[in-house]
Amino acid sequence: MADTGVVEALLLGLEKAEDGVDSLELSSSLGVEHQVVVGAVKSLQSVGEVISAEQRSSKHWQLTEEGVEISELGSHEARVFECIPVEGLLQSELMKLPFGKIGFTKAMSNKWIRVDKTSEGGPLIFRSVQTIVDQVREKLLNVLNGKDAELEEKEKSELKKRRLLSEVTVKSYWITKGSSFSTTITKQETELTPEMIVSGNWKDNKFKPYNFEAMGVPLDCGHLHPLMKVRTQFRQIFLEMGFTEMPTNNFIESSFWNFDSLFQPQQHPARDQHDTFFLSDPALTLDFPQDYLQRVKKVHTEGGFGSQGYKYEWKVEEAQKNILRTHTTAVSARMLYKLAQQKFTPVKYFSIDRVFRNETLDATHLAEFHQIEGVVADYDLTLGDLMGVLHQFFTKLGLEKWVEVGNSGVFRPEMLLPMGLPEDVSVIAWGLSLERPTMIKYGINNIRELVGHKVNLQMVYDGPICRLDT
Amino acid sequence: YVWILFERDLYLINSKYYKIMSDEEFDELCFQFGLELDEITSEKELISKEQNDSKAAGASDVILYKIDVPANRYDLLCLEGLVRGLQVFKNKLEAPRYVRVSPVSGQPQKLIITKETAAVRPYAVAAVLRDITFTQERYDSFIELQEKLHQNICRKRSIVAIGTHDLDTTSGPFTYTAKPPSEICFQPLNQTKEFTATELMSLYRTDSHLKHYLHIIEDKPVYPVIYDSNGIVLSMPPIINGDHTKISLKTKNVFIECTATDLTKAKVVLDTLVTMFSQYCSQPFTVEEAEVVYPDGKTCLYPELPYRKEKLSGEFVNRKIGINESTETVAQLLTRMCLLSKLTGVGDQIEVEIPPTRSDIIHACDIVEDAAIAYGFNNITRTTPRSYTVATQFPLNKLTELLRQDVAAAGFTEVLTFALCSKEDVGDKLGKKISETGAAHISNPKTAEFQVARTTLLPGLLKTIAANKKMPLPLKLFEISDVVLKDKSKDVGARNSRRFCAVYYNKSPGFEVIHGLMDRTMQLLGVKPLRGEGYHIQAAEDSIFFPGRCAEIFVDGKSVGRLGVLHPNVVTRFELTMPCSALEMDIEPFL
Repeated sequence: MADTGVVEALLLGLEKAEDGVDSLELSSSLGVEHQVVVGAVKSLQSVGEVISAEQRSSKHWQLTEEGVEISELGSHEARVFECIPVEGLLQSELMKLPFGKIGFTKAMSNKWIRVDKTSEGGPLIFRSVQTIVDQVREKLLNVLNGKDAELEEKEKSELKKRRLLSEVTVKSYWITKGSSFSTTITKQETELTPEMIVSGNWKDNKFKPYNFEAMGVPLDCGHLHPLMKVRTQFRQIFLEMGFTEMPTNNFIESSFWNFDSLFQPQQHPARDQHDTFFLSDPALTLDFPQDYLQRVKKVHTEGGFGSQGYKYEWKVEEAQKNILRTHTTAVSARMLYKLAQQKFTPVKYFSIDRVFRNETLDATHLAEFHQIEGVVADYDLTLGDLMGVLHQFFTKLGLEKWVEVGNSGVFRPEMLLPMGLPEDVSVIAWGLSLERPTMIKYGINNIRELVGHKVNLQMVYDGPICRLDT
Repeated sequence: YVWILFERDLYLINSKYYKIMSDEEFDELCFQFGLELDEITSEKELISKEQNDSKAAGASDVILYKIDVPANRYDLLCLEGLVRGLQVFKNKLEAPRYVRVSPVSGQPQKLIITKETAAVRPYAVAAVLRDITFTQERYDSFIELQEKLHQNICRKRSIVAIGTHDLDTTSGPFTYTAKPPSEICFQPLNQTKEFTATELMSLYRTDSHLKHYLHIIEDKPVYPVIYDSNGIVLSMPPIINGDHTKISLKTKNVFIECTATDLTKAKVVLDTLVTMFSQYCSQPFTVEEAEVVYPDGKTCLYPELPYRKEKLSGEFVNRKIGINESTETVAQLLTRMCLLSKLTGVGDQIEVEIPPTRSDIIHACDIVEDAAIAYGFNNITRTTPRSYTVATQFPLNKLTELLRQDVAAAGFTEVLTFALCSKEDVGDKLGKKISETGAAHISNPKTAEFQVARTTLLPGLLKTIAANKKMPLPLKLFEISDVVLKDKSKDVGARNSRRFCAVYYNKSPGFEVIHGLMDRTMQLLGVKPLRGEGYHIQAAEDSIFFPGRCAEIFVDGKSVGRLGVLHPNVVTRFELTMPCSALEMDIEPFL
């Protein structure tokens, strides 16, 4: 806080002044350090338009340490002159004095002294004039008293050369009255207090202005993960469209439900060790609906249900192998099979959950990701229905182009009829990954920056709410 | 999808286009035909993308088209087939009729299969392309199609392997047999001397191309081999052909053999090759038969070139697509897709003929799909399924969604970690034996990160902290997700378990914070702090937690999880340096 006395003196001085005051002059007239006046200026600036201050810099001559000594004791040559008695002084004695050497040279060139080299005992020095005027000291005293303007530039530079004077730059303020100038400053309150509200003092108080350029304080709060926020929105979209959520909490699945029931042949490359995670423990599933399994075997091997089949030797051993499910369609297959065991009613199903691929990993592929899946089973669904539902779904996402991130189709009769669904029931379905649209939405190029333990928590902290349709 | 790459100009020339077709027009044509023009590029561009600009310096600037083809459309895997398909689609060409003919001389070429092949590769089919004229482009395309088939339907030669031979350098009958590798000796393609099969296997161990096929037979006691009547080796499928019978630009008569573990696929592969390249025979689209004699004496003539007929109604096609076109129009649409269709005159019945090139058509639904492609997907009116359905959330997911929101509101930040991890993460690092965790094990992980399905969420959260040590303390994290546990009562022998896990990481353990979160969670779940009919915690021991700083959570007298201050050993093993308290509980009991 600034010295209130100085603040008051500044304001009083400014009131009297015609145009303004200089902070340096003020400090010398008040006899305080210049910094104290600067503090008062800063403090007044912070309370509004009381004063205005403009920074200026001025050049200014100052005595060096040696200059100060001379201003007090006289120049070296004057001191040499003073110490020479009438009977003279041995030069060797003079040279022992601290100012002797320089003083002798200068006094000689001033012709104030002379040397008698013929005397016995060494050269002897005498005064050669009666009185002298110590101009160097007088000039320095002038500078010291702020009257350096009386010196000529040449004189100043000579003194500078003798290292008695130096030139310094001084920063000061030119202070003038502000638009709301007043000699009395009311103390500004920083904040509204309960006491002010109770007493009503807030009506009379002035408040320190806020700095609206600064940021607020970071809050101590919890956050939801960006991908999970997107998942919530996708769930919302499906629910709005009347789709019921499937129970997908079974990561481990048998090859039968993941592949065979979907009429995917056993030699399909997706069933390769390089694409699918197989389990060593628990390695096999032995419990299948036997009559259904026989129908699946038949449709693969020899066809039926209007199909030629794949005409290969279908092996139950292959179907028994446990895997980490490669798509949530395995769950859709279980749900449709279950549906077929009852009297058929049309359904709409969806799920969003993890699936696993034993793929080569890169910037957009991880061993696990979330699959979004929608399924509609109804009598006589058409390709027009599939395209209509897809259109509605992607419109809700706000981007029709997103069709490109997924795939869609009509489930084959070879999949549906062995389950026992009526012949006139069609099932349409589509799927996409949750990560891909999220990465597009948030402009993330590397999937590792979005999911997994290596993500930067700052990304989670800074994430916006998810509004897919904007 | 499978991609094919070909020169734009070759497409134009083969399509008899004498005026330039723009890239846009070609793109549109592909789209209408159900294909995607993926890229317009050049050899130079491809090399510079895959390697670098300096390597691409001398490469060709000729414009190439790269097209995505559905994986089961083997008839579109070469330029010949693509041009034919598009020409028919545009009504500029009638689909050719592929005919199997007997040789002029009388007796067909014979391939005799011996019983020894049963142990390794029991099937073989064969055919002859008679009086063919190769050019450099045709020859390259012929080789490229074999490679494409090998990579796709042949499953990298494991199911089917193709051998093509200059018939004029050899003489049948041919014998397909299997012998111990030491007894097979011949000069393989592009080699100057003879090798035994054993030597060949070690020779090709370092061959960047062939090394991928060795595993198909190397463990077998006998290797497949085909000899001609003079004992000359035609090929040792699925590895290499003999040098003696190799084809060249000058070859006029090609003997094709396909050996296989699946007869259906072998027939499809043979049909594809001969239907595509019989175009260049002096009698186009005719293929000379070959006779295959099985070990039981049964004989078959190949290629089969089957034409199959399906009958369906115009109404059926319209109903499945959701359009209303006349039966005549539907028949025309199908004919443009190389499915020659005629009205039978019985009601709106259509007889569709499926040619040997379309092995992908195995059901009426495939015919409907082709009609839809020819009609144009974008011309189909979008409709909405009519049935009224009421949506229901899966209760466990509904609970999870609600709980996540309120745990975040309690000041914790949600993380998303992997369901797969190393054995060490859920075992050693937590001071537990992997056998006691009930973890499901993966048999073929490519790295240690995917050895088991996680049995606890805690390691994922601790690894998240380890990756975020620069973040200001305290770190308060949570996750609500599934772990996997072995469970004999389930058909697959395992089940998921939905867990809630939270950690507090700071300069002091902050057990009271985690305890407070547990209390708050119970409040959110409507469970009162009461022994018996409510929840309580009591001291427990667990290698995860510091002794005396661990408690078990009981709800209605049943344990649902644990909380406590982590054991310093656990903290250290996850490369952390600060005290940490944690909570993990099962949320399924609260449904």
